[in-house]
Amino acid sequence: MEHSLYKFIIKYSLRQQIILTILALTSFIPYYYYLSMPKTIVNQGIAGKGVTYPVDLFGLHIVSLNAESYLLVLCFGFLLLVIVQQCFKYAINVFQGISGERMLRRLRYELYSRVLRFPQPTFKKMSAGEIIPMITAEVEPLGGFIADSFALPIFQGGMLLTTFIFLIVQNPIMAIAAVSLYPFQFWVIPKLQRIVNRLGKERVKTARQLADRIHESISGVQEIHTHDASNRFKSEFTRRLGKIYWIRYEIFQRKFMIKFINNFLQQLGPFFFYSIGGYLVIKGQLDLGQVIAAVTAHKEMGAPWKELLNHYQQREDARIKYDQVVSQFAPDGMREEADQTTEPAEPVSLVGEVQFAGVSYADETGAHVLENFSLTLDMPRHVALVGGSGREEIALLMARLIEPVRGKVSIAGQNLGQLPEAVTGRRLAYVGPAGYVFNSTIGDNLLFSLRHRALKSVARDAEAERRFRREMVEAQASGNSLEDYDADFTDYAAAGATDSDSLREAMIRALKLVQLDEDIYQLGLRGSVDPARAPDAAARILEARAALKGKMHDDAYADLIEDWHAERYNRNATVAENLMFGLPIGDKFAPDRLAENAYMLEVLEKAGLKTRFLAVGYDVASTMVELFADLPPDHEFFQQFSFISSEELPDYQEIVNQVSADKVDQLDAAKRNRLMSLPFKLIVARHRLGHIDDEFQEAVLQARKLFAEGLPEKLRSAVAFFDPEHYTLGGSILDNILFGKIAYGQAQAAEKIGRLVRTLIDELDLRDIVIEVGLAYETGIAGARLSGAQRQKVVLARAILKRPDLIILNEAISGYDNVTQAQLLAALREEFKDRGLVWALHNPHLADGFDRVVLIENGRVVEQGTYEELTREGRPLARLLAGN
Amino acid sequence: MSLHEEVELLRRIPLFARIEPSKLKLLAFTSERLAYKAGDVLFRQGDPGDSAYIIVEGEAEILVNTADGPLRVAVVRKNDFVGEIAILCDVPRTATVAAITGLTTLRISKELFFRLTAEFPQMAVEIMRVLGQRLERTTADLREATARLRQAGIS
Repeated sequence: MEHSLYKFIIKYSLRQQIILTILALTSFIPYYYYLSMPKTIVNQGIAGKGVTYPVDLFGLHIVSLNAESYLLVLCFGFLLLVIVQQCFKYAINVFQGISGERMLRRLRYELYSRVLRFPQPTFKKMSAGEIIPMITAEVEPLGGFIADSFALPIFQGGMLLTTFIFLIVQNPIMAIAAVSLYPFQFWVIPKLQRIVNRLGKERVKTARQLADRIHESISGVQEIHTHDASNRFKSEFTRRLGKIYWIRYEIFQRKFMIKFINNFLQQLGPFFFYSIGGYLVIKGQLDLGQVIAAVTAHKEMGAPWKELLNHYQQREDARIKYDQVVSQFAPDGMREEADQTTEPAEPVSLVGEVQFAGVSYADETGAHVLENFSLTLDMPRHVALVGGSGREEIALLMARLIEPVRGKVSIAGQNLGQLPEAVTGRRLAYVGPAGYVFNSTIGDNLLFSLRHRALKSVARDAEAERRFRREMVEAQASGNSLEDYDADFTDYAAAGATDSDSLREAMIRALKLVQLDEDIYQLGLRGSVDPARAPDAAARILEARAALKGKMHDDAYADLIEDWHAERYNRNATVAENLMFGLPIGDKFAPDRLAENAYMLEVLEKAGLKTRFLAVGYDVASTMVELFADLPPDHEFFQQFSFISSEELPDYQEIVNQVSADKVDQLDAAKRNRLMSLPFKLIVARHRLGHIDDEFQEAVLQARKLFAEGLPEKLRSAVAFFDPEHYTLGGSILDNILFGKIAYGQAQAAEKIGRLVRTLIDELDLRDIVIEVGLAYETGIAGARLSGAQRQKVVLARAILKRPDLIILNEAISGYDNVTQAQLLAALREEFKDRGLVWALHNPHLADGFDRVVLIENGRVVEQGTYEELTREGRPLARLLAGN
Repeated sequence: MSLHEEVELLRRIPLFARIEPSKLKLLAFTSERLAYKAGDVLFRQGDPGDSAYIIVEGEAEILVNTADGPLRVAVVRKNDFVGEIAILCDVPRTATVAAITGLTTLRISKELFFRLTAEFPQMAVEIMRVLGQRLERTTADLREATARLRQAGIS
């Protein structure tokens, strides 16, 4: 990357800068005329000096004008010049904007792509909290500056010069007088500016540390809470803010001082014009028009002069930012760009001997973890690395995630350091102790290992194609990636698949191998399909529903599910579900907001349920208050049983204390609403509070009819009604198969039904659909919606899916219990039966059965051989095992 | 069955006879009423235990695993409780309990069980009494068994 901002600008935007400069220079011609126009108007148009009427315009004998129309023509001429000049300004501004944005885009892209090429250890010294503000916020003003970098000084300087020349033509003494203080400004301002620059650097650094600190606080928020460290952190944050405050205070003090001096000097101009010019007019050596023109011109000069000084300050600011950012983004040992862009001419295989030859590696502190380390491993074999320090580095070096300081690591005779990532990232796989799951679907996270390049472009219609071309042209102009994001990046062949069906097979196989298939199945059952987009899947689920209903006559399943029936009240469902006889879509009819919904209230009113709801609400509230009032607020019963949270309980207590049951209508609307919201959540079979008697149920059924019949057009999309013949939109697959509620109070009902559903799904070949929905499950930020074990399994499955020549594992499964560890180890070894597998193991017992075991201590090979050889009495590994 | 009826029902169980109604209400509200079909298993020997059960209706057998298969050691009926050992002593289930007839139970979580015994010493005493009776019976059985073995000349 270019070391100075100007080199960067010239290298990437020379053409734009030249065009801008030409535009700026051209604009001076109309500008000069625009300046002289007022004088012509005053002297010729108004005063009529040296003009003989009728005026013959342009001397062509076509138009002749009297005094009034001549003045009018001159004034319109002035207007025309204003327009022309502003047009130039507009064009320059737009063009500047474009080139500035492109340069900013280029800079950001360059920085980001550098981050992706940083050597791994860099991230131990540099945190996301520092890097993010540099790419996002700090470079932002650079875009604006780059656009101005050449054109502005030329344009404004030219303006200044034009004005100055104009003034000299008018009256040299006055011109000199007007600019007499500029040299002083030239001298004093850089002096002040230097201090501001230094402070600016400081400010950038402090702000970056601040960002880092915020980032760290968020990452460690649990620790902060559990050790009551928030006040310490706030105090530290205050200190940092204080530091920034004083820096900024210093900066603006100086900045405003500069401004003050400038403004003062600027106003000296008119002082001279009025005094000297006025004197000369009185003496008759100067005419009034000239003085007016000079004052106007000087005023005009003020603007560019200010702009120039401003630009000077901005330039300094931009320079600092650029220097600081660029120096941070050029760590030692950064990979070449070609390393990621090069595609090997023909496929390179990494099946073969792994060789470390005289490899040294130092960690970020400079301590040598490996020194002149040599090791040869025959492949394809299964190798366990056990012992002490150095294991992890060997694994990372083998996967080329870190690079040796000296020596070389080669696989199948290929020096890893000279292979592009297109080879190492496809033929090798590394799974560390803590893998990362991206915020996307599980499926995307698995296919992650197959998506390297845009392979198959998508079909676009004319309009989309036009937009795409435009995007590409812009991307190219900013030096961005030209990979088509919408294209299919998935390398089916790498997973041994040919189409999406066989790819899904491969994914399911990988999931099974890491024992994640059941989890995905469960997630799938709880996920939903969209019948509009997948009508076949919806139809198949309805088949399963029918099959399930067939089985329900069986004695073993009697009473386990209470079906949805249009004419019957479902005692295992909430009042809200019974009333709507459907699921809310969006939040219009969300359970918590039903009591506020105008239409719902109208329906209740019509069904004669409104007062009843209020009374039941009051009763429920008082029961809850009675039952839960003396429980501590964090008691688990609140979560499990109460439909009033511990925070809300005091409010309800207040309501109950305020009025007695027969005076609920005296409450204000907000409180009535709160009470009304309670009955919606009641489930007869579960809560057994005795409020929802037959009469109430009858009324709810009545309301159900009213609700459906009167539902206004615009609310139709907010409810998905239950319909035995249709898939309920927004409902989970499981709910759609059940089409009813699992009964409360029936022992093991959920388990029995779960087993039945599973058999039905297998019988009807629905598993693929369920898994597909499971794969579409969103993992959340950093995979937060998955458990730690699930995340690790996703990372393992991802590595298996791309079928690498050699898989390198570092712990990778240490988070599981012993049984699972042993099962995963066996499954992986079976999968990689004919391929290379190197496993850095913390627990040496797991090395049993590997083709070869290498014992490492302090970065050296102590010994190697089979597990049996190495565990013989008295051998170092035997001692290690005994110690474990 | 409504909550009120359930409170009445609980009150008739000797264990809860002296507990004040509002606490019984909480117990009724937070405990799960479960219906089992004949042959259904409440829990199995060796499972981790997290709750005790009060039999509200029906009969259940207590089975212990032996070398010759499961052995019925007792039958429990209405108002009896089972499963308390595992939550009192924090050990896995010591026996399997299965429904003989259709069975209704009240499942009380460990948490609630301890809360109630801590708040109502009468309840703790009542449990102690029942456990004492069981111990007495077990001891009697043991005595009888030892006597029979001696008669048979084995020991």
